Amino acid sequence: MADIVLDKVSKSFPDGTVAVQDVDLEIADGEFVILVGPSGCGKSTTLNMIAGLEDISSGELRIGGQRVNDKAPRDRDIAMVFQSYALYPNMTVRENMAFPLRLAKLDKATIDQKVDEAAKVLELTSLLDRKPANLSGGQRQRVAMGRAIVRQPKAFLMDEPLSNLDAKLRVQMRTVVSRLQKKLGTTTVYVTHDQTEAMTLGDRVVIMRGGAIQQVGPPQELYDHPRNLFVAGFIGSPSMNFLHAAVEDGKLRTALGDVPIGDRIRRELEGADAPRELILGIRPEHFEDAELIDDEARARGMEFTAPADIVESMGSDKYVYFTVEGQRASAAELEELAADAGADFSGGGGNLVTRLSAESPVQEGEDRRVWFNLEKIHLFDPSNGRNLTLHEGRSAGTLGD
Amino acid sequence: MSRRAPLSENKKAERKLGWLLCAPAALVMVLVTAYPIIYSVWLSLQRFDLRFPDQREFIGLENYVTVLSNEFWWTAFGVTMLITVVTVAVELVLGMGLALVMHRTLVGRGIVRTAALIPYGIVTVVAAFSWRYAWTPGTGYLANLFDGSAPLTERASSLAIIMLAEIWKTTPFMALLLMAGLALVPEDLLKAASTDGATAWQRFTKVMLPVMKPAILVALLFRTLDAFRVFDNIFVLTNGGNETSSVSMLAYNNLIRGLNLGIGSTMSVLIFITVAIIAFVFVKLFGTAAPGSDDGERR
Ligand SMILES: Nc1ncnc2c1ncn2[C@@H]1O[C@H](COP(=O)(O)OP(=O)(O)OP(=O)(O)O)[C@@H](O)[C@H]1O
Ligand SMILES: [Mg+2]
Repeated sequence: MADIVLDKVSKSFPDGTVAVQDVDLEIADGEFVILVGPSGCGKSTTLNMIAGLEDISSGELRIGGQRVNDKAPRDRDIAMVFQSYALYPNMTVRENMAFPLRLAKLDKATIDQKVDEAAKVLELTSLLDRKPANLSGGQRQRVAMGRAIVRQPKAFLMDEPLSNLDAKLRVQMRTVVSRLQKKLGTTTVYVTHDQTEAMTLGDRVVIMRGGAIQQVGPPQELYDHPRNLFVAGFIGSPSMNFLHAAVEDGKLRTALGDVPIGDRIRRELEGADAPRELILGIRPEHFEDAELIDDEARARGMEFTAPADIVESMGSDKYVYFTVEGQRASAAELEELAADAGADFSGGGGNLVTRLSAESPVQEGEDRRVWFNLEKIHLFDPSNGRNLTLHEGRSAGTLGD
Repeated sequence: MSRRAPLSENKKAERKLGWLLCAPAALVMVLVTAYPIIYSVWLSLQRFDLRFPDQREFIGLENYVTVLSNEFWWTAFGVTMLITVVTVAVELVLGMGLALVMHRTLVGRGIVRTAALIPYGIVTVVAAFSWRYAWTPGTGYLANLFDGSAPLTERASSLAIIMLAEIWKTTPFMALLLMAGLALVPEDLLKAASTDGATAWQRFTKVMLPVMKPAILVALLFRTLDAFRVFDNIFVLTNGGNETSSVSMLAYNNLIRGLNLGIGSTMSVLIFITVAIIAFVFVKLFGTAAPGSDDGERR
């Protein structure tokens, strides 16, 4: 077991592609870290560099305090799980799991004992003599996990290990992975595309974009205090609503009405080069049916009226889609997010996604009065995506002073 | 598969369609191959020497007794076997090396492949002549390297040169077949083996070779059958002198030069039988390695 430190690690491929740029990351011993980001942002490349499968172009990689830049994968003592499982087709399940131990020249009795143990943990005992071709996807996935855990390596590296499973199996395996990691306490770096995996599995989440780290932190912190537009839009499902906001007379003119701003934000916006146009972000759950709001809450937010297009009742709450008029929010980050998710990220002149209490009597087609929480609003500078509401790493809404 | 479930109607219909689709090709094959084969067998059962056409008569297996008890036949058979085994083995090793190089080459892959295939593209007889001249004392650059000795006049060195010419010519073909096999090995599998602690050699022997096995067997089968019928190189380089004849040379000499259709056909039939046996052995080997077999090598 060991900690993993990436110190200004970069990777450029021979064809000139810079896949990873100056990544600084310290992963503590036993920590479970998730790498997420849109396709092509350099997650796999980062993982492969840690594994030693790709050379590091510049920077330093330390595992257990030791520089390993020039070490071959076999000398790094790490185990990797692949999306394709990468099981050896000519070997049985037992042979697959024993393979790393055989290469490490352990004696037969020890190998058998370790394989049996791992097989028991992963419920593979009855499948030990099968070939991978005769296993189901979930079983193959477990064999791949088994092959990783038998050798008790310093770290597990997993590249989208559950992506090839169907939704139900994925949920099951997620808990298996989580329990296994807690039990073994092995440092783990886990790459995923999946929001839920990112939010539920890891101690910390690393969000990458275009080869650079955007933000690192516990899932809840990334959710509540996104450092920039990209992180705000990437984390959360349904994702944050983004609206165009114009700064006028010490207020923000938006499709939801004029939003007042506090002293601190005002001061930020007073500079000569301060942006005159902002992007306002607000998550679906920070809206509420105005009927259901008490006076105390009413004071912390503001209200608007809009026609409800679609009402989706989820039982515990209702997703209501409103149409609001106004200019579209636009920024490079939003376009990138939209391209990755295949969804439309620019609210304002489009749909507003809200999550209201189940008690709300809202009907499709009617005009509804809706309240939203000013303390939970984020303001972003469209030119660089920076979250202006963030103060000492915390987000305090527009009213903070 | 020990137990075979009865075929469903659907399966039966599918089989029938399969046969129907094969039929035209099978028919053409029967026409162009079955007739000559049957005619050869028929000829091999007769005393039939064009120099003495009136002595033609049916003599059963007598020709086979004559050939199989003849020391020239067995010498030629030994030479052929030697050439087959040595050239195929060397080609496999060299071809594998070449395939690995071509597989790994990222820049100019097309050019490298084309260059490597040139020997295979040259007409064998032309290539054989260039080898012959190269080894001819006085004029040949290779012979001059060896103090103007005449290697094509001695048996051992002649055989060595014949094998060299064969290997030079067909290694690229072997490499191409093996490269198709290399493409079957998923990149992730090699990465997994690396992190599992395998050295480059272990990755090659324990991961690549087993996955490539079907492709290797195909390549070996093609080349073995081909090598067993070696003719052009020997014809040009030594013309069978110094006991360097292959069985094909011997059959040719009896048939075309000796005009002895009976003996020549007998030899041809024997070559055919040997080749069939080789193919059968290989196909048996495939049986356990072919994709989709019980062994579960399919992915
Ligand atoms: N061998 C290579 N040569 C050149 N560019 C490469 C190579 N491998 C990857 N890249 C590029 O590097 C970037 C990062 O790739 P990487 O595989 O790390 O992305 P990823 O985040 O894992 O994406 P995904 O989620 O789709 O797996 C991509 O733009 C990719 O095109
Ligand atoms: Mg990837």
